[in-house]
Amino acid sequence: MVHAILALLVCQLLGEVIVRAAGVPIPGPVLGTFFMLGALAALREVPEALNAVAGVLLSHLSLLFVPAGVGVMLHVARIRTEWLPLLAALFVSTALTIAVTALVFFWVMRRMGLYEPEQRS
Amino acid sequence: MNGVQDATDNLDLLWVYLQQEPLLWLTATLGAYAIGHSLHRAAGGSPLVNSVAVAIAVLVALLVVTGTSYATYFDGAQFVHFLLGPATVLLAVPLYRNFNRVRRLLVPMLAALVVGSITAVVSAVAVAAALGASPETLRSLAPKSATTPIAMGIAEGIGGLASLTATLVIITGIIGAMIVTPLLNLLRVTDWAARGFAVGVASHGIGAARAFQVNQLAGTFAGIAMALNALLTAILVPLLVGWI
Repeated sequence: MVHAILALLVCQLLGEVIVRAAGVPIPGPVLGTFFMLGALAALREVPEALNAVAGVLLSHLSLLFVPAGVGVMLHVARIRTEWLPLLAALFVSTALTIAVTALVFFWVMRRMGLYEPEQRS
Repeated sequence: MNGVQDATDNLDLLWVYLQQEPLLWLTATLGAYAIGHSLHRAAGGSPLVNSVAVAIAVLVALLVVTGTSYATYFDGAQFVHFLLGPATVLLAVPLYRNFNRVRRLLVPMLAALVVGSITAVVSAVAVAAALGASPETLRSLAPKSATTPIAMGIAEGIGGLASLTATLVIITGIIGAMIVTPLLNLLRVTDWAARGFAVGVASHGIGAARAFQVNQLAGTFAGIAMALNALLTAILVPLLVGWI
């Protein structure tokens, strides 16, 4: 377990350091994901401890967004005056983006003969 | 009389202690999320009862009632917030497991990414502008589908308010997590990769969290979509900002 957590933090730290040193506009942890992927490819398997940590953290991923979300309280005044354009834009745009993205993905994969309905799980 | 006074003094001291330590608001964050999680399950796992939305509502009410500032709250809650980094690195685990499938679906992924990313930015700004939102709000809104740190950076770069952007990003995530299942059932998109990828492009990590609840493969593609859309949004928004 200690090794799994250490590996996670090392990947994130490397990502943060490189992103800052090179000035690239991506978050450090995203770069860290690629380091972890490389490490797993080299190991050719996912260690049991890492698997356990991933199970816990990824199944409660939404908890991690709560502290940032509470920041909504800082913008009550603006949301009160501009609630209609804001809510309409967020609802319409989110629904449209999900629909368009899914339909394009699904259409292209079927055109390429990549859709295998029986493999769904 | 004296006893009552002492008790009040002790309560004051207790409150001062709780305000200074991260323990109180860290506990409150987990407690509020536990309430949200229980309500979500009590509603039969309905996506319309979103645990994050419930937790945020409970916490904001609690902070307003106790007169606590967001900065004080965040001193405690930052330990939860910090875990976003390690969780992002952990996305490598499902990605590695499904690597062959991801590689095979590269073309549909990239096609959907480009169309979805442009739709996310243009439609949000167009609707808000048509309804009379201020230029500052429009600039804060444009990167709303990208993951929080990227979206804040983009907004800052084009003259938006980074902290307003963070709020809009979270609300976008919650809306996407609530509507993705009924919407894609209606459109008869039956593939988990396509469904996950779509909610990842539109609703970043909160969308991915919802996708992982439903299906591992959907979660994996949502995680990839979140990372790719963060990069593309960072390129797109500054290019499109001339029209705002």
